[in-house]
Amino acid sequence: MGAQVRVYRRRIRSVRATAKITRAFELIAASRMIKAQQRVAASTPYAEAITRAVSAVASQSGIDHPLTTKHENATRAAVLLITSDRGLAGAYSSNVLKEGESLTAHLRASGFEVLPYIVGRKGLAYYRFRDRFIADEWSGFSESPSYANAKDVADTLIAAFNTPTDDGGIDEIHVVYTQFISMLTQTPVIRRILPLEVEETTEAPAGGAILSYEFEPGAEGVLDALLPRYVEARVYNALLQGAASELAARRRACKSATDNAEELIKTYTRLANAARQADITQEISEIVGGADALAASGSE
Amino acid sequence: MPLKVELVSAERQVWSGEAGFVVARTLDGELGILPGHVPLLGVLAEGFTVRITGGDAGEGVEVATHGGFLSVSDDDVTILAEIAELSSDVDVARARAALERATGAGDDAESESAAARARARLAAAGQSA
Repeated sequence: MGAQVRVYRRRIRSVRATAKITRAFELIAASRMIKAQQRVAASTPYAEAITRAVSAVASQSGIDHPLTTKHENATRAAVLLITSDRGLAGAYSSNVLKEGESLTAHLRASGFEVLPYIVGRKGLAYYRFRDRFIADEWSGFSESPSYANAKDVADTLIAAFNTPTDDGGIDEIHVVYTQFISMLTQTPVIRRILPLEVEETTEAPAGGAILSYEFEPGAEGVLDALLPRYVEARVYNALLQGAASELAARRRACKSATDNAEELIKTYTRLANAARQADITQEISEIVGGADALAASGSE
Repeated sequence: MPLKVELVSAERQVWSGEAGFVVARTLDGELGILPGHVPLLGVLAEGFTVRITGGDAGEGVEVATHGGFLSVSDDDVTILAEIAELSSDVDVARARAALERATGAGDDAESESAAARARARLAAAGQSA
């Protein structure tokens, strides 16, 4: 067999091995994604209920709570970035990081000192490689975050928020995550968690005006207990959305990798066939040429 | 008109349906909710259970909650909790083990809240702690 054919065959084998791996990743991501989507859906009732409750308290006039009011001359802002632990997910992590960069630049321009809090090894690697300061980090659960993970992250943020700015506290908490819209669309979004920016209240509550609630024990007490839970729920939702988006992005990235590999295999098979045919043609012409030469020498 | 009760934990909706009467304990004390209750938002006390009776709940559903809230508006009762467990889902042996562990661990705030949690789960399952 000709050397050229051997080279092509080797390339085909190696591309086929890669295709098998990416195909496996694609299938794994697809099956996990269904579960991730279900978890997003299952956590929605709680997120909605707590948002309703928080907006009910926050809309009560005359409540002056540190968690709801904007600090005067706020100077330090936390940015929570939610990235993936593993790669092979297309631009999933880099989109979040890009969005984070623009938020950071924007906050810096308005006079904030920005403290990055990072979830996921990809984000950590990005910051470490650039030798940047990281306020806190978590990793190891990007594909299937539990509520305890969210609590971990939220507790750190709330503790920092409750610390006076001069002692290393923070005045604002922003989160950058990827919103899962559909299997094909996931968009990185920026949300401010604290001070409160109740954004899910686009429609008026049933019955028109916001009802006046009774509080046990007192509006302040309820708010004190409610807001940490609210932050946890927001972080949890962001983590779950991120997980679903990560898996969707990985499925898509691996699918196109598999498709590309199959395309390559097809191309190389054609080239290998052509090379083999060329070898045969050459051999035949050599034999015919040799026979002709022998015949010519014999007839003389 | 019956109450519409929704019981949601952080990770999923645990129970929902119509009921006649809900008894819960907020930080201010025990509280019963019948249809027509004024809008209310309360913080549930640790270590106690919420009881839902009548309607779809039938004989009564007992729930152990941790980090819970109760919100009532317009006959919609929402009980939201970080962790919510129905009495039928409580693993009595595990709850008892958790209680022993927590009471044996000393009396710092963390083990005390763990003990309260375990006690609530046992109470929900109808066992004495």
